Amino acid sequence: MNLMSKNHPDGKQYSLAGIRRRNSLLLIAGILAAAAVMFAVYTVRMSGMDNPKLEILVGSRRYGVYDLDRDQIITINHTNVCEIRDGKVSMIRADCPDQICVKSAPIDRHGGTIVCMPNKVILRITDADGGEDTPDAVAG
Amino acid sequence: MKMNRHQDTGRSRCPEENTDRKTARKSPDVRTEKNRGTAQKTAYLGLLTGLAIVLGYVESLIPFDFAVPGIRLGLCNVAILIVLNLYGWREACVVTVIRVIVIGFLFGNMFSIAYGMAGSLLSVLVMTLLIRTDRFTLTGVSAAGGTAHNIGQILVAYAVAPSFPLFWYLPVLMTAGVVTGILIGITVSAILPAVRKAAGRSARPL
Repeated sequence: MNLMSKNHPDGKQYSLAGIRRRNSLLLIAGILAAAAVMFAVYTVRMSGMDNPKLEILVGSRRYGVYDLDRDQIITINHTNVCEIRDGKVSMIRADCPDQICVKSAPIDRHGGTIVCMPNKVILRITDADGGEDTPDAVAG
Repeated sequence: MKMNRHQDTGRSRCPEENTDRKTARKSPDVRTEKNRGTAQKTAYLGLLTGLAIVLGYVESLIPFDFAVPGIRLGLCNVAILIVLNLYGWREACVVTVIRVIVIGFLFGNMFSIAYGMAGSLLSVLVMTLLIRTDRFTLTGVSAAGGTAHNIGQILVAYAVAPSFPLFWYLPVLMTAGVVTGILIGITVSAILPAVRKAAGRSARPL
């Protein structure tokens, strides 16, 4: 199937080029706009937090909530180790082969996440007050 | 051995040796011509699959996974876009599946195969639809394909871990997909005319 040139021999291609370029620009702008909106929503939600804390999830269960102000090293299920230092959280060790989470940029109170997909470990910043009344809190 | 027999049936013009009934009924010249076209197409698809795998290797050498995981240059998409333009979505899907499995076994793990498969197939689907509308440039198609690839990956991650932070990753990876997609699109726009010319007759629908 010769898709690109199905409906137009070479002569017609030039008249359509402008339309294609415009459509493509609109498409790209649309995707970027959607991304910008999502990012804005996320940022607004993050900045509205009264008491940002580090929340560690394993799978969909909460592993624990930690204070960002206290420097500490947390071992998660013997698979991952993360560190809180100067309010910044980073993964310092993982037993997975790809080490993507270790290379991830550190996160702080402004939001962000670090994910270790092979071990399903998720580090994220949450509002401690909002998170307290979820039933999963018992699991921590 | 199989290849040899195939070539012989094409050249010796012996109808009883030819197992393909549809081809056998046609005149010998048409049959030979058709066989050559199929062989050429097979050769080109093999070549492009190889290109996709090599590009995947080149990509694995570039340490591109800083800050946010999942961002890749998407060099393989060069090969996939060429296949999509020369042949069609079926061929592109086959090349994609082979590429993802081979790359996964060589340089990745089961996780990377799952992500790669979902992302790449979604990307092929989106690019096919956009090419069919015939209203977008190659760069636009590629940008949408890059975005679709990353969205597909995120959806798998979301399926694996339901608490996966979608709203944090989606905007970042969508933007990355657009940027890399545009780069790949510009590359393919530059090389596609030459590839088309080189592929010559095999570029027609078979």
